[in-house]
Amino acid sequence: MPAISRDEVAHLAGLARIEMSPDELDRMAGQLDVILGAVAQVREVAGDDVPATSHPMPLVNVTRPDVPRAGLSAEQALAGAPAQQEQRFRVPRILEED
Amino acid sequence: MSELIRRTAADLSQLLSSGEVSSVEVTQAHLDRIAEVDGGVHAFLHVAGEKALADAAAVDAARAAGEELGPLAGVPIAVKDVMTTQGLPTTAGSKMLEGWIPPYDATVVRKLREARLVTLGKTNMDEFAMGSSTEHSAYGPTRNPWALDRIPGGSGGGSSAALAAFEAPLATGTDTGGSIRQPASVTGTVGVKPTYGAVSRYGLIALASSLDQAGPCARTVLDTALLHEVMAGHDPLDSTSLSGGYPDVVAAARAGATQGIAGMKIGVIRELHGGDGGYQAGVMARFDESLALLTKAGAEIVEVSCPSFTAALAAYYLILPSEASSNLAKFDAMRYGLRVGPAGVEAPSAEQVMAATRAAGFGDEVKRRIILGTYALSSGYYDAYYGSAQKVRTLIQRDFAAAFEQADVLVSPTSPTTAFKLGAKLDDPLSMYLQDVATIPANLAGVPGMSLPSGLADEDGLPAGIQLLAPAQADDRLYRVGAALEALLHEGWGGSILDKAQVLDAKTLEAVR
Repeated sequence: MPAISRDEVAHLAGLARIEMSPDELDRMAGQLDVILGAVAQVREVAGDDVPATSHPMPLVNVTRPDVPRAGLSAEQALAGAPAQQEQRFRVPRILEED
Repeated sequence: MSELIRRTAADLSQLLSSGEVSSVEVTQAHLDRIAEVDGGVHAFLHVAGEKALADAAAVDAARAAGEELGPLAGVPIAVKDVMTTQGLPTTAGSKMLEGWIPPYDATVVRKLREARLVTLGKTNMDEFAMGSSTEHSAYGPTRNPWALDRIPGGSGGGSSAALAAFEAPLATGTDTGGSIRQPASVTGTVGVKPTYGAVSRYGLIALASSLDQAGPCARTVLDTALLHEVMAGHDPLDSTSLSGGYPDVVAAARAGATQGIAGMKIGVIRELHGGDGGYQAGVMARFDESLALLTKAGAEIVEVSCPSFTAALAAYYLILPSEASSNLAKFDAMRYGLRVGPAGVEAPSAEQVMAATRAAGFGDEVKRRIILGTYALSSGYYDAYYGSAQKVRTLIQRDFAAAFEQADVLVSPTSPTTAFKLGAKLDDPLSMYLQDVATIPANLAGVPGMSLPSGLADEDGLPAGIQLLAPAQADDRLYRVGAALEALLHEGWGGSILDKAQVLDAKTLEAVR
């Protein structure tokens, strides 16, 4: 039985905001199934007594003095925007008309 | 062909400081070489010719005015396209960022500029640094200068190919699972992944933040050290930047080449010594010869065991996609880069635009890893996959700690094979992932690693690499041992391994254009 079904891949693609064609879903489901089969061994390697490590070095909170300094100008910050209007990012609407 | 392009950065540094050549001459020689061969090699995504010549002229003027300059001032460099460069296009090899010109420099790029290196352009890479062959670039693959039908490694194949084709004496790279070391191995060049946190990640387009590390690429160990010294250092803009413990890598490289490594213990990692197959015979033969040379240089060879390394690949391919799926969420068509409206929808919502844009902007490998990461982090699977992978990470760190009690430096072949043919592994992601089996443990644990050429494999005459690993913040050991081994290897070869590479002439280049 596959570890991951085509429907699950379609659901995940929705969560990840990636549109996928039926062909793409078929291909991706097959490949992900093989990959997940190969990586599943991590479940057997470490027991409950082993703590998880999320980062190679101990992370500590880093702060700096709260001193004002110059940042990017509005023009610089907007330079890479796909669309802009009145010195703001122009984005597609998010609300339905009704 | 100008002989200047075959000089090392250390040589160029001397020629420039003594006034024998100008930075404009050196820069022009490399731009001419790029014009001559890059149509076939495709190491560069963007060449900044005019800007480079202007920067070179400014260095020459500063030198003439008696200004005190650093050792690499006026030496050209190629910059991996994953690093933001103010005023120069930055795409990370993706259509998602096609045409984007960042308004700021990455800290690494700023440091290069302050040290007065001359940026030749931006090098090709696998999209968002995902891949081991540079075939996943949205702008077409880079070819290996040793054999133009072969891959140059990845994701930093553009940087390594630029070095091997004598298009640049120095280049930058980033290494998340081997993207500096594996390309170095298959192109006969040198690449170093420094200790995690030694080089700032500010301004690098993130793949997996707990694994990504920028580092130097060059043709010799000393050149790599000279560049490492420029790149490393604390950066307040990166909260994971190390605040101290930067060893003198240049002094270590010089000491290794001249004084050898008497008394050092070199640990051969049993689990990465070809026991489970998959390692090419010629790669293993060159590795064993290198061990004999290390003994000759005064080192003692011991065997160490790191049993958890066999699960490193699996853990990596859960942790990396998990972090990548989060890091790449920002490419949502709203603030920069591509924006595509979904077909046949008159007034699309933001969500529809995001999904259509991400479908059009990301390549197959990127989509595969985002979906895999979304799965590994989803409720119900998190503990089994992501949580377990993080435990493996703990075991790998323990293995390293135990191994470094028995040896000063650990060694293995860098990549299990020499460069494979373009297209050979494109439909088999798992087989592509195996290329990084020996390099990944260092990223999971944050320790530094180096790859340098060990010779040519008998089967195909292509370069093989040896990997050196040291404890965190002991990067100098890599340079000391690497330079000692390199000196003995060069003695045997009668010069650099790249002297044995094919000549890139009109005929070889025409065949691939």
